[in-house]
Amino acid sequence: MSSMPPARIEAEPRGGAATVGKAVKVVGQIFSREDLYIDGEVEGTVEALEHKLTIGPNGTVRATVKAREVVALGNIQGNVEATEKIEIRKDAKLTGDIRTARIIIEDGAYFKGSIDIVKPEPVKVAAKVQAPAPVAQTTAVVSAPVATGAPEMKR
Amino acid sequence: MLEPLRGFFRGSRGGRTGGPPASPGGRTPLNGSPAEATLSVRPSRGLEEFFTQIRDTSGLTILDLGGATQKNVSFITDLGHRLYSEDFLRMLNESFGADDTVDQTNPGRIEYFLKQTLDYPAGHFDGVLVWDVLEYLNPVLLNAVVERLHYIVRPKAYMLAFFHSDDKQDAVPCYTFRIAQLNSLEIERQGMRRPAQLYNNRSLEKLFGKFDSVKFFLTRDRLREVIVKV
Repeated sequence: MSSMPPARIEAEPRGGAATVGKAVKVVGQIFSREDLYIDGEVEGTVEALEHKLTIGPNGTVRATVKAREVVALGNIQGNVEATEKIEIRKDAKLTGDIRTARIIIEDGAYFKGSIDIVKPEPVKVAAKVQAPAPVAQTTAVVSAPVATGAPEMKR
Repeated sequence: MLEPLRGFFRGSRGGRTGGPPASPGGRTPLNGSPAEATLSVRPSRGLEEFFTQIRDTSGLTILDLGGATQKNVSFITDLGHRLYSEDFLRMLNESFGADDTVDQTNPGRIEYFLKQTLDYPAGHFDGVLVWDVLEYLNPVLLNAVVERLHYIVRPKAYMLAFFHSDDKQDAVPCYTFRIAQLNSLEIERQGMRRPAQLYNNRSLEKLFGKFDSVKFFLTRDRLREVIVKV
């Protein structure tokens, strides 16, 4: 894991969601307290426990993913936990194990791995909401920006 | 194991099991295209028999080799089981090439393919939906796959496999199988594909000779539904 200070990802061009643009590579941990759209490359972990995470058509995520809701249009390699639901859209590719309450797989999507349907546990979710967040807003540890230059960070 | 099947083997090295490049759904028809896909529902005694073994117990681990479809995922998980999904034919094309340039008897390739598709611990699964994917494997690869299935499925568990029974055809319909009910399947015809070999009851018994038992159901559309007990 990088020792570089966390960088903020602040873009909101997609209906209030923070965005990792398609020219951005993030290596490390992303914790998001708002909806997050990843159209770039991420390696490590991605957590948006109370929010929606969308992997865009250009997105490549090699990470353990946890979110309230996950929508995959791009490529995910790693285990995915979605407390509410996961959608694997046509042309998306997901390799990993899924734990979720509900799953939607479109024809044409590729999935390799296991699916565990788990019912949400409201008591534990409530407890998590009250717990102090480890970081403020969407933060990421960025250690390897893509060749095109500095990470894309806009709001 | 190979000798009894040799008489049923068709085509050149590797036949056309690779077929053209994988379609998104992993079904790669020899002739035709997804645009020609036709959908129908038909009863399936084999499926009924398979579910008879697993429907009264929840928490089982089921492997589906036909790739992920919404209906199969929903059906299996609604029964309380954990589903593993594997797009076997897509991986077959990716591992052995789309134009039959790589021999399916190559041990290194076979090992790679098995690692990509069936790399699980012994006795990991409580049931396998094999569908028709074994039809497109050459004898050497076929036996390696069957051997591996025997290893990763727990004893006394069941597998459901389909084989076309018409030995006069050079190509057979290629389907996507979706579970409609406990005893019926929604089958979507994706075109035609040449099987690597064709089977009768005797050859299937030999193929699954290491397994506990093999039970056949012959359908009106000349498909053998086979329930294999490990």
